[in-house]
Amino acid sequence: MTKQEIAQEITSEMVAEHGLTEDEFANIVKALGRDPNFTELGIYSVMWSEHCSYKSSKVHLKKLPTEAPWVICGPGENAGVIDIGDGQAAIFKMESHNHPSFIEPYQGAATGVGGILRDVFTMGARPVANLNALRFGAANHEKTRHLVSGVVAGIGGYGNCVGVPTVGGETGFDASYNGNILVNAMTVGIADQNKIFYSAAAGMGKPVVYVGSKTGRDGIHGATMASTEFSEDNEEKRPTVQVGDPFTEKLLIEACLELMSSDAIVAIQDMGAAGLTSSSVEMASKGGVGFALNLDHVPQREENMLPYEMMLSESQERMLMILEPGKEDFAKAIFEKWGLDFAIIGEITDSGNLTLSFQGDVVADIPINSLVDDAPEYERPWIKPLSRKPVDMDELEKPEDYNKVLLDLVGGPNLSSRAWIWEQYDHMVMADTLKGGRPGGDAALVRIHGTKKALAMSTDCTPRYVEADPFEGGKQAVAETYRNISATGAKPLAITDCLNFGNPEKPEVMGQFAKACEGIGEACRVLEYPVVSGNVSLYNETNGEAIKPTPAIGGVGLIENYEDAVSIDFKTDGHAILVVGETEGHLGASIYLKEIFGLEEGEPPFVSLGQEKKHGEFVRSMIEQGHVRACHDISDGGIAVALAEMCMAGDIGANVADESDSLSFQAWAYGEDQARYIIAAEEHCAAKIMSDAAIMGIPAFCIGTVGGKKLEIGNRISIDVADLKSAHQSWMPNYMAEENKKS
Amino acid sequence: MKSAVIVFPGSNCDRDIQVALRDITGVEPTMVWHGDSDFEKVDLIALPGGFSYGDYLRSGAMAPTSPVMKEVVKRAKDGVATLGICNGFQVLTEAGLLPGALMRNAGLKFICKDVKLRVDNSTSIFTNQYEQGEVINIPVAHHDGNYFCDEDTLETLECNSRIAFRYCDETGDASHEANINGSLNNIAGILNSKGNVLGLMPHPERLIDPVQGGTDGRKMFESILGALTNA
Repeated sequence: MTKQEIAQEITSEMVAEHGLTEDEFANIVKALGRDPNFTELGIYSVMWSEHCSYKSSKVHLKKLPTEAPWVICGPGENAGVIDIGDGQAAIFKMESHNHPSFIEPYQGAATGVGGILRDVFTMGARPVANLNALRFGAANHEKTRHLVSGVVAGIGGYGNCVGVPTVGGETGFDASYNGNILVNAMTVGIADQNKIFYSAAAGMGKPVVYVGSKTGRDGIHGATMASTEFSEDNEEKRPTVQVGDPFTEKLLIEACLELMSSDAIVAIQDMGAAGLTSSSVEMASKGGVGFALNLDHVPQREENMLPYEMMLSESQERMLMILEPGKEDFAKAIFEKWGLDFAIIGEITDSGNLTLSFQGDVVADIPINSLVDDAPEYERPWIKPLSRKPVDMDELEKPEDYNKVLLDLVGGPNLSSRAWIWEQYDHMVMADTLKGGRPGGDAALVRIHGTKKALAMSTDCTPRYVEADPFEGGKQAVAETYRNISATGAKPLAITDCLNFGNPEKPEVMGQFAKACEGIGEACRVLEYPVVSGNVSLYNETNGEAIKPTPAIGGVGLIENYEDAVSIDFKTDGHAILVVGETEGHLGASIYLKEIFGLEEGEPPFVSLGQEKKHGEFVRSMIEQGHVRACHDISDGGIAVALAEMCMAGDIGANVADESDSLSFQAWAYGEDQARYIIAAEEHCAAKIMSDAAIMGIPAFCIGTVGGKKLEIGNRISIDVADLKSAHQSWMPNYMAEENKKS
Repeated sequence: MKSAVIVFPGSNCDRDIQVALRDITGVEPTMVWHGDSDFEKVDLIALPGGFSYGDYLRSGAMAPTSPVMKEVVKRAKDGVATLGICNGFQVLTEAGLLPGALMRNAGLKFICKDVKLRVDNSTSIFTNQYEQGEVINIPVAHHDGNYFCDEDTLETLECNSRIAFRYCDETGDASHEANINGSLNNIAGILNSKGNVLGLMPHPERLIDPVQGGTDGRKMFESILGALTNA
């Protein structure tokens, strides 16, 4: 780009290339009272992009419950903040980096981790855990291995170097993601409640300070890319993918936290999507002030950078802050100690405008409120998703060999062990990851340093259900995190969401979005489990094919004494095995139908939120009272898969009666009815659990005992745990090894 | 017993080892910044895990040029006990305090998991609380832990009982299958000729409390405490 190109008149082609509609452009002209110049057009285009403005999603997001007595800060800031007692707060958020990860999987995923880390430490928290939610195309799709390999290496490469443990996540394979994978990254941090930092700028004349890496030309228009559909030519978009430097991020974390321990910072914000533009505009807008920036002072990595490029660059590892006057030298010394750039690039004004100067000229002068408050907001048309017919299981031929069914499920793409993935992540650095909360269980458990408390964290979504019924699927995603956290003994406190959907301009996609949001909201209200932060990723389509709707939920809970926590592994011969919750044999939209019959049909299981709450509270109280030796939620694959997972984790067998009764065996064993848990307990404790459950009207049945070397279920299933483990553990490594053979 | 933990800008296990030393020795370790060329007299110098200066060139390659490492090298040569864990081991080889090099893992991937180690030297100041041949459980977390050296060096290490730990299976067999990263002779940790410098890839500081999944790492710090307190 040259100076001449920048100076040229704005044409309708340029407007379209910036992803703005004619109406939107007319509104820009109205707001400015004149035509924008090229730099200003670029600034409007990113601020009004779907990614930054939430123009299609806002009307639905407003309906989500965001409050509870323990919520300190809900959506709108860099991340959500909740009270975890003792004057401490947990700060967390999940964010997508889907399109960049598809184009350049290593850097796309790595910078996704970097971005979400910054959102959390910006608020004064030390990051203590990373999680993720990944969706790849079908295992047999030609690109899948390459993408898995790159994304996993990228997540590990960044998180491992920064020194924040990656403790949990989920990974799914489905053909709907063949052309548009999902990489959602979540970070959880801990801060003192009296040391939380916000982004609202305040104080005329106070200095605007840039710290971190220098600005280059990478990532220009990343936010705009995230706001359009993909097509065949997406390879050309590679230059819009940012390049991460985790070492610099590590320095930035330490330098920012060191400065935050003083009283020098008025406000702080990371430069994420839309870089210097969105950070300065959001800080000024929240504070109701103007910013005057001199772009000549922006640290630059490349020569001859123009205002347009500096404002739209998404170079990584940068922060913007407002300092108390007089503290500049003190702050600068900290950043110099850590070898980072520090530059005063402007000051707060009372103009209400974002005013940019460059080489002596004013190159942009935009009313801040027009960039934020006047951003478009659409109530896009949507249609209610069609409801599905129930599946008639009698029409399906019953499997002859239920051993094979179970082995195929636990040894298949979607339920096999993810150790191949999480062994590439340092999940123990910081030395606070608890043994029972390492990856592979229901929820990750990370001790709050120097205390007896621990955070429990889980990411979940079942896109099969959301596709079949967005409302129930939305409820279920929230309920599953609630269950996973409860199964460790921790109390679920709040969620972050990462809503991945297709093109919102299509009424059926918008219908999925609207109903899923309703479902999430309903679950959050009943479970007293509010949304405190989140991110929306729309236009997840390639060549007109949308992904399965995937509202990934990241739940966070707290256990007061981590020594009370339980894990999923069966432990000792003779422990009784109980199922808590009603088993009705729901097979619609189940993994059993999908993987064994190749059918994606039927309605998803109904989620009784009242039962979820009641059963969750009951399980937690039993764990707290010390009656429970192992606990696992029942989800994909029903009772049979849950039992297999508990056997494999403990390397011990189980002998379980076929309690199918009036149900068919397949419905009893593989049905995915919600609000259920499997518990292992000593015999006298089991009796106590069942009698307490009976008093409360909660179904709880003893179905067998732990012991031996086989998992035996009635006379239908009898498999050596060693064989289950071999099937479970070998799928991913064998699958990924084929990539090496090819290359 | 007084100890110092060297902090490079990219160190990320410095706090973990600080906690372990504080817990086991009962004395707060001194944290020493990489830019400092001098620090107080201590009985033990610990080099933590992490990515010293980003390690984009080669793990630990830049560290020997830092002011603090000049002092560490001097003191280690004078006989001060020096322990390098993970990146610390890589730095010790780059600084010439230990022979050989740590190459990219044979599988080319980062590996984080619990592994079994066999204690092949239980008489050193770092390992005297372990039994000879004891099989212990310690986690690894590294991308570059594939130990390599020339044949003469390997023979010297083998003949002088300088291989402190080897990757092994549950029975203590240092088998090919148990060799997680391709290291020569399953080497996980080595001593210098005087026995006052130990470098190892696994992280004993991560297993010092049962809730972390075991306490096999404690004995290393207890060994050091015993040896250096009685000395």
